Amino acid sequence: MKLYLCFVILLALSCKENTVNKGIVQEVTQVSFETVDYEGLETYLENSNASVHVVNFWATWCKPCVKELPHFEELGAMYKEQDVKVILVSLDFPDQMERLTKFIKKKNIRSEVVFLDDADANGWIPKVDPSWSGAIPATIIYNKDERSFYERSFTYEEIEKELKLFL
Amino acid sequence: MKTFKILTLLAVVVILSAFAVKSIGAKGINGGGYGIGDVADDIKLMNVDGTMVSFSDYKDAKGFIVIFTCNTCPFSIANEDRIIALDVKYKNTGYPVIAINPNNPESKPGDSYEAMKVRAREKKFTFPYLFDEGQKVYPVYGATKTPHVYLLQKTEKGNVVKYIGAIDDNSRNANGVKVRYLENAVDALLSGQEIEITETKAIGCSIKV
Repeated sequence: MKLYLCFVILLALSCKENTVNKGIVQEVTQVSFETVDYEGLETYLENSNASVHVVNFWATWCKPCVKELPHFEELGAMYKEQDVKVILVSLDFPDQMERLTKFIKKKNIRSEVVFLDDADANGWIPKVDPSWSGAIPATIIYNKDERSFYERSFTYEEIEKELKLFL
Repeated sequence: MKTFKILTLLAVVVILSAFAVKSIGAKGINGGGYGIGDVADDIKLMNVDGTMVSFSDYKDAKGFIVIFTCNTCPFSIANEDRIIALDVKYKNTGYPVIAINPNNPESKPGDSYEAMKVRAREKKFTFPYLFDEGQKVYPVYGATKTPHVYLLQKTEKGNVVKYIGAIDDNSRNANGVKVRYLENAVDALLSGQEIEITETKAIGCSIKV
């Protein structure tokens, strides 16, 4: 029995190492976000659970991303009634999860945060959008009929103007 | 006869539009800037040692590994040791690394010329680390982020762009690298082979204007 228990613990440990947090919801106090690989992210890029989705690619270390983040937060709050959903896809480093958690908590981020942990950027960047060079910030707005990709920063007025094209 | 004329006209339109699409495609995946096969202009930029550096200074070079990078971007920092290793490995084969910082220090003080000098000294850069003063060079290349690589091969018509994109397939973690895109491209040039993958993408920090 003891041996069996050891085996189970070993198995659990080795699994943890192999799967590198994929699909596991990380929770530290109230802060929680899902960790996904690109396959997991795809559900956020083609989702019909809201009329319009605004997906922003960012990272805590990316200055222009952090600067525009409040605009996406405001957008999500202002257009909640119109069924607009804002998703913030973090491209932080896997060994800096504490930094991401702290940031979300400190800035009191209300939008859903997803952490993309997928090293094969050359594989998934063109799938997000063929025109994307890989620079962040980058944003996608989509509804069931249309989709636009933006490799740029936004002011609140600018992002609101783009969103209105999808409402 | 009329039908034949219309058909001929149609065929011409189809052929022309096919060419149009091809020429857009040749501009590369970055939209503006250089695509594969374009001849890159020479540069004349200030190095961290105070000298001006141009491709034409390198009489014996077979080409250049041009890398737009900076002090502050975490992806650039994660690649510093790899960039040094590339220069050490390929300088003697005729492909030296030329690093260029494209960021505007007014937006990113950590990328000032003075800060570049400090970083180059700290990390003992073996390659020139040039300051794109006035941010004139990076738009010509079409660089959008750091790090962003352009591999050039010296030919009779000039320095021809042979590869654009990432250093390898794991910019965040050197130990997780499976495919070394840039090294494969340089090796192909050195052995006179076709480069298998000429354009790749990686996440990077947008260039600060």
